[in-house]
Amino acid sequence: MTDTMIEARDVVRSFGQTPALRGATVAVAPGEILAIMGPSGSGKSTLLHCLAGILVPDSGEIHFDGRRVDTLDEARRSALRRDSFGFVFQFGQLVPELTAEENVALPLLLGGTRREAALRQARPWFARLGLDGLERRRSGELSGGQAQRVALARGLVTSPKVLFADEPTGSLDSLTGEQVLDQLIVAAREHGTTVVLVTHEARVAAYADRHVMVRDGKVAALAPERVLS
Amino acid sequence: MSVPLTLLGLLEREPSHGYDLKRDYDTYFGRGRPLPFGQVYATLGRLARDGKVVISEVQPGVGPERKRYVITEAGATEFDAWLTEPIEAEPHLQSVLFTKVVLALMLGRPAQEYLDIQRGAHLERMHQLTEIRRRGSLVDGLLADHGLFHLEADLRWIDTTVARLDALRAEVVKP
Repeated sequence: MTDTMIEARDVVRSFGQTPALRGATVAVAPGEILAIMGPSGSGKSTLLHCLAGILVPDSGEIHFDGRRVDTLDEARRSALRRDSFGFVFQFGQLVPELTAEENVALPLLLGGTRREAALRQARPWFARLGLDGLERRRSGELSGGQAQRVALARGLVTSPKVLFADEPTGSLDSLTGEQVLDQLIVAAREHGTTVVLVTHEARVAAYADRHVMVRDGKVAALAPERVLS
Repeated sequence: MSVPLTLLGLLEREPSHGYDLKRDYDTYFGRGRPLPFGQVYATLGRLARDGKVVISEVQPGVGPERKRYVITEAGATEFDAWLTEPIEAEPHLQSVLFTKVVLALMLGRPAQEYLDIQRGAHLERMHQLTEIRRRGSLVDGLLADHGLFHLEADLRWIDTTVARLDALRAEVVKP
């Protein structure tokens, strides 16, 4: 085990002529919950996408669990995302044609787990996240908070090493958002999951162990590095 | 926090001994800073001297005598006036931070770095309060919420100020 789970080193990434990251460096320890903050357009989501292997940096390096990620081809990065990472986005992005339990099981199905086994693995998450009885509903029959909890279950069902959450409560009212966040934190702590949480809201970032700020495509630490207990 | 007025409020609820007052004060208002017994009895002594409370009975027993305190009409009137009067809506931190920011700009120091350090301190405190909120009672949670909303407002001010540092520099730095 290394003392860094995932890391960006001097990452530069542009979209056409527009630079989004101009040498961003950040490291996340195993089990740490890191909040990446910053105003709109600062590059914080681009940084998350680079860390998660969704985007490839123009220059710089991404390392995950001691391995270099940015030099892998798309197929290998895709496998890495499926096997080792979980994702929660602002608008749950559930597949509307599938039931809630099929949505939760989806990453397992995509990874080759048989349907019955995948659903068996998905079901305990419903009780864990207060979603009992909603297993067969489709996303249109769920409230915003319920849908986001289903998305959280989907993000955690493979027991990922890293959960990437991009404004995970941005579409929810504050009370529902806090319930979802609380469950995210509890589940992550129980499983020792490392969390990279992108948000522009201080109240959301306050759930994290540590905070960094992305400004003009670079990462600024807001406090001296802490040793995690 | 006004200790005398808080004790008057607890006595308005029901006549109490000093020990009970301290226990309830610590439970609801102490927040990790319990009221020393000496302060409880000194405060009750002053309130009695000023006619805000009276001692209704003294129970002898093992150890010190136990006095039961009752609020008077004067005490109830003072408490009622305090309760209904709005507290001063005064921002605290911004004025100090504002002074620091302006001086930093005047002196060519890194104002943005200072504000980032402050942002980090605020987020750290917000993290502590969030943990209290998640794990504590409703009383703890609501008190933490009060702190969180204030800190959040400060952070919004910091964000706004960071976005306007260049304009502020132009205004406060003499060419």
